[in-house]
Amino acid sequence: MQAFNTFTGIVCPLDRANVDTDAIIPKQFLKSIKRTGFGPNLFDEWRYLDHGEPGQDCSQRPLNPDFALNDPRYQGAQILLARENFGCGSSREHAPWALADYGFRVIIAPSFADIFYNNCFKNGLLPIVLDAETVDALFGKAGGREALEITVDLAAQTLTLADGTVIPFDVDPFRKQCLLEGLDDIGLTLRHTDDIKAYEARRRREAPWLFQER
Amino acid sequence: MCGKTLYDKLWAEHVVRTDEDGTALLYIDRHLVHEVTSPQAFEGLRLAGRRPWRPHAALAMPDHNVPTVNREQGIEDPISRLQVETLDENCRTFDIPEFSMTDPRQGIVHVVGPEEGATLPGMTVVCGDSHTSTHGAFGALAFGIGTSEVEHVLATQCLIQKKSKNMRVRVEGKAGTGVTAKDIALAIIGEIGTAGGTGYVIEFAGEAIRDLSMEGRMTLCNMTIEAGARAGLVAVDDKTLEYVRGRPFAPREDLWEQAVAAWRELHSDADAVFDREVVLDAAAIVPQVTWGTSPEMVAPVTGRVPDPSAEPIEVKAEGMRRALAYMGLEAGTPITEIAVDKVFIGSCTNSRIEDLRAAAAVIKGRRKADNVRQVLVVPGSGLVRRQAEAEGLDRIFIDAGFEWREPGCSMCLAMNADRLEPGERCASTSNRNFEGRQGPGGRTHLVSPEMAAAAAIAGHFVDVRAF
Ligand code: SF4
Repeated sequence: MQAFNTFTGIVCPLDRANVDTDAIIPKQFLKSIKRTGFGPNLFDEWRYLDHGEPGQDCSQRPLNPDFALNDPRYQGAQILLARENFGCGSSREHAPWALADYGFRVIIAPSFADIFYNNCFKNGLLPIVLDAETVDALFGKAGGREALEITVDLAAQTLTLADGTVIPFDVDPFRKQCLLEGLDDIGLTLRHTDDIKAYEARRRREAPWLFQER
Repeated sequence: MCGKTLYDKLWAEHVVRTDEDGTALLYIDRHLVHEVTSPQAFEGLRLAGRRPWRPHAALAMPDHNVPTVNREQGIEDPISRLQVETLDENCRTFDIPEFSMTDPRQGIVHVVGPEEGATLPGMTVVCGDSHTSTHGAFGALAFGIGTSEVEHVLATQCLIQKKSKNMRVRVEGKAGTGVTAKDIALAIIGEIGTAGGTGYVIEFAGEAIRDLSMEGRMTLCNMTIEAGARAGLVAVDDKTLEYVRGRPFAPREDLWEQAVAAWRELHSDADAVFDREVVLDAAAIVPQVTWGTSPEMVAPVTGRVPDPSAEPIEVKAEGMRRALAYMGLEAGTPITEIAVDKVFIGSCTNSRIEDLRAAAAVIKGRRKADNVRQVLVVPGSGLVRRQAEAEGLDRIFIDAGFEWREPGCSMCLAMNADRLEPGERCASTSNRNFEGRQGPGGRTHLVSPEMAAAAAIAGHFVDVRAF
C-alpha cells in the first residue's frame, strides 16, 4: 500500500445521506475478477444517463450533467465530502476499491457505516468524521464558483483551507500509523516475519510431516 | 487446573504470537483455493509485488462453476469460464499446485482435500468457502475465510484471529437403521438453531458420533456452519487413521509413525471444561426433512409441516409464514404427502462414495416416478466418480432414470447450468435451503442421500426405514 503523505486536493461535494455500497458500485460490476478498474463505474447509476454493464467503454456514455463528479469544477478531486452514514450496505470491499481507483484519498462525512469505515483503512483511504455543522460549512464553501482546496496533514491530524482555517480531526493512532507507513494488514503481519520463521523452524522439527513439499 | 479441549490444543499448537488484547497470529498448514473467492486475492498480491509465502501449502481446483456435462467442450458461460481460466493462470504464475478442470482428481475442494490426504489430523485448514468446516472431521481446525484473508494467508501463511468459545454436542446411544449423519446434523440444528453455535467451535462426541464413518463425520462437520459455528471437530480415533493411511499427500513410513503418535493426542482431556454442552439421544432421531427456508426449519419424516399459529413468539411465527408461502406449503400437511419435481444427490455434504452407495442401494432395480422431472447424481470428485463406476453404481442410477454427471458443486448453488426453475420443488442432499439457493424461486428440502433417492422413486417424501 502507498504511504499516506500530506497533500492538497480538490473537494467534490456529494450532497446525499445514506449513500450505500450498491450506489457506490452497482452489483453488476461485482462479478469482476479484479480489484482495480472500478473507477469508471464509481456511482454508475448517478453518473451516467444510461444503464451500465461491465465491459462498456465509459468514455462513450452519456453523462448526467447534474451529478457532482461530472462538474468541471471538481475534475481531479481527491477528497469526497459526504453526508451521514456513508458506505452503508454490503461488506464487500468493492466500494473502497472503486473510490480509490477513481482517485479519492480522503472521505469527509459526519458518520460512516462501520464495515465500510474499516475497509477504507485496509485500502489506503482515509475516512474523516467531522461534526455535522463543520461538514455543512464545508458544503457551503465547496459549492462556490471556485472549487475548494484542502491540505490534508495526517501526521498533524489537520485539514487546512486556502483561507487559513485549520480543522483538526480524530483518527485511531494504530490506523494512522498504518496509513503513514503504507502498511495494510499483510504489511503488518510481515513485520513479524521473524516470528513466523521461528515458528516454522520449530514445527518442522516437531511435526515434519506438515512440511513435505510435493 | 482443568484439562484442555481438542480446540484448545489445536489453537495452542498454531499460535505464532499473541497481542495484549488476545488477537493472535495463527499459522495455517493447508490452504484450499477455488475459482470464485481467489481472483482478487491473487491480484492484490500482484499489485503489492508479493509472492506466496509457501505456495505448496496450498492446493487449488475449480469446482463452483464447472459444467457437469460435456466438459471437454469447455465452459459456455463467459463469466464462469473467465473465473476458471483465471484460477489456472494464477496457479501457474504463483506456482500453486492445481487440479484443473480436466484432471481426473478434480472435484469439490472439500471432498478432494480429505480424499488426497491433503487434509490431515492436527492441521489448520482454511479456504475461501464457509463449508471448510467439513475438514474438522479429521481433528483439524478448519474454517472458511473472506477474500482479504485469502490474500493474507497466501502472503504470510498466517491469519489474524481471536479464539472462540468451546461447545460440545454429545449424541449418545445408537442411531437406528436408516438414520444417517445428515439426519443427526439436521436434528442438532433443529435443536440449537442456526445461531446456536455462534461464537463457538463445536466438538461432536458421544457413541453415535464414534459410530459414524469418516464420510459421515465429514457430513456432520460440513453442516456445523449451518448451526452458526465457524468450525466443527471430531476427535481422532482408529477410523481417522485408517482413512488417512496411504493417501497421496499423507506421510509414509517413519514419518507416518511419528505423525500417528502425535495424532493420538488429538482429543479433549477427560477433565476438559466446555462453555456449553448439549446432549441428544441418538435413538430418538428419525430421518429428517426441512420444510422451510432455513436449515433449522426441519421436521421428522413422520411429522407434519408445522403451524405458525401454534408458535408463541410472533417474530418466529411471521418467519414461518413467510417460509411456508415461499415453499408453497400448507401447515399440517404430512411430510410424506409433499411431492417433488427434482432430486439432487451431490454437494460437499453428501457426494462421497458412501453416499452414492447408500442411494444406489435404496433404488436398485426401481425407476423414478413419472412426476419427477429430473434426478441429478453429481459425484464429489473425479475419483469418487471412477470408484462408483467400477462398482457399477452408475448403471443402477441410469437404469432408474437418473442422470449421472461429472464432479462439481452443480445444483448445490446453481452457479453453473444445473438449477431449479421458479416454483420447482427439490429433494436435495446439499446443505442450504435458502430462498433461491438452487435457482431463483426454487424450493429446496434438505435430506439424506437415502431419503433423496427414495423420494425420487416414490415421487414424494417417504420414510426410508419402511421403504
Ligand atoms: S458443494 Fe455447495 S456448499 Fe459445497 S463448496 Fe460447493 S457450493 Fe459450497
